[in-house]
Amino acid sequence: MHELSICSSIADITTRRAAGRTVVVINMRIGQLRQIVPGTLVYCWELVSADTPLAGSRISVEYVPARISCRSCEQVTEVGEVPLFACAGCGGIDVEVVSGEEFLITSLELEALAADDAGRGQPTDQGAAKGSPGEGTGA
Amino acid sequence: MGRFHRHEDGTAHSHDTVDSQDTGHSHDTGVSRATPSTAHTQATGVSSGAAHPDERAGDHSGYATGGERVEVLERIFGENDRTAAANRADFAAAGVRVVNLMSSPGAGKTMLLGETLTRLGSRLRIGIIEGDIETSLDADRLAGLGAQIALINTGNGFGGECHLDAPMVRSALPRLPLPELDLVLIENVGNLVCPAEFDVGEDTRAMVYAVTEGEEKPLKYPVMFRSCGLVVVNKVDLLPYLDFDMDGFLGNLRQVNPAAKVLMVSARTGEGVDAWCDWLSARR
Repeated sequence: MHELSICSSIADITTRRAAGRTVVVINMRIGQLRQIVPGTLVYCWELVSADTPLAGSRISVEYVPARISCRSCEQVTEVGEVPLFACAGCGGIDVEVVSGEEFLITSLELEALAADDAGRGQPTDQGAAKGSPGEGTGA
Repeated sequence: MGRFHRHEDGTAHSHDTVDSQDTGHSHDTGVSRATPSTAHTQATGVSSGAAHPDERAGDHSGYATGGERVEVLERIFGENDRTAAANRADFAAAGVRVVNLMSSPGAGKTMLLGETLTRLGSRLRIGIIEGDIETSLDADRLAGLGAQIALINTGNGFGGECHLDAPMVRSALPRLPLPELDLVLIENVGNLVCPAEFDVGEDTRAMVYAVTEGEEKPLKYPVMFRSCGLVVVNKVDLLPYLDFDMDGFLGNLRQVNPAAKVLMVSARTGEGVDAWCDWLSARR
């Protein structure tokens, strides 16, 4: 719901970590319990990054389902689409969320530096690196 | 333990178990200049290729050797959470308890706060941080009831945000005499989604939930309902006129937050408001 403002945080972190390099892909890990709609985030990113040094970069989302671990029987249960925070094994409700709350940038994929290509001897590097960064994403 | 799942685009991949704790540590190496071979290993080990059915999918080699992947592992809410920690430290230093009060629009937060100030104002020194996208209408309703009120209009320099975050709450603190207060109530923006995401430095969270909202909302907004220690079920004076299934609601609530305390309240008739005030007082 607040994807637009979250894009500002993503831009800040990405700009700092890229240190002037051209960003091609921003890899993110987003848990189910974060209430972020990946498609909306990707769309908002196009709006926020346009006319900035990050224009043309795209967000790639690794979506992590929510899972709970039972403190009684230690069984791990997937919470599911309609969330049920109870152990599927024993029905216990004393559970701990073990995944689904992630919300981070895991890595950045940067365009090759011209100097990097010199010693590689692979003529396709440059073209492959540039690709078509402006195209849509499948997230 | 690996985990296999499918994306909407039909591609699928597996990734290792992700412990939410792993987001907490920092990597201060700055931009780590991965060698091309390292970048290749990372590219094939993570999901970006599989997640995007573009021409690069399945061709990590050319991409990875041409570009460069740098590890970041930085939380999106890192800055908010650092500010929330600063707020929490200031609240603790001042000896004030802070309750973040959340609800959908129209559930009755402001009326309940008005009744709260009327009952507790002579016993506790109370500050209110009032969050609204626009207008001072809610703050005006609470004026004259003896509390110190700091209004945050999120439409005013904060981009019309649908929630309060830690920096917004921090901006309001100079307008409250924290050391002279016992209790600060933060009336968040009416919204069942976004406020749940943002730690603002509070000690605990409470929700006002009106019986006019239906039984199923805990299942639709589990993150909000899970984040609260107390759910105030408000407008119970309307129950005779509604088809509200209280047992169904409580069952749904227990499904997502079995530990939540529940109080039946009508801010309009005063029913249950004393119990709510006792809960707030006990939180000192």
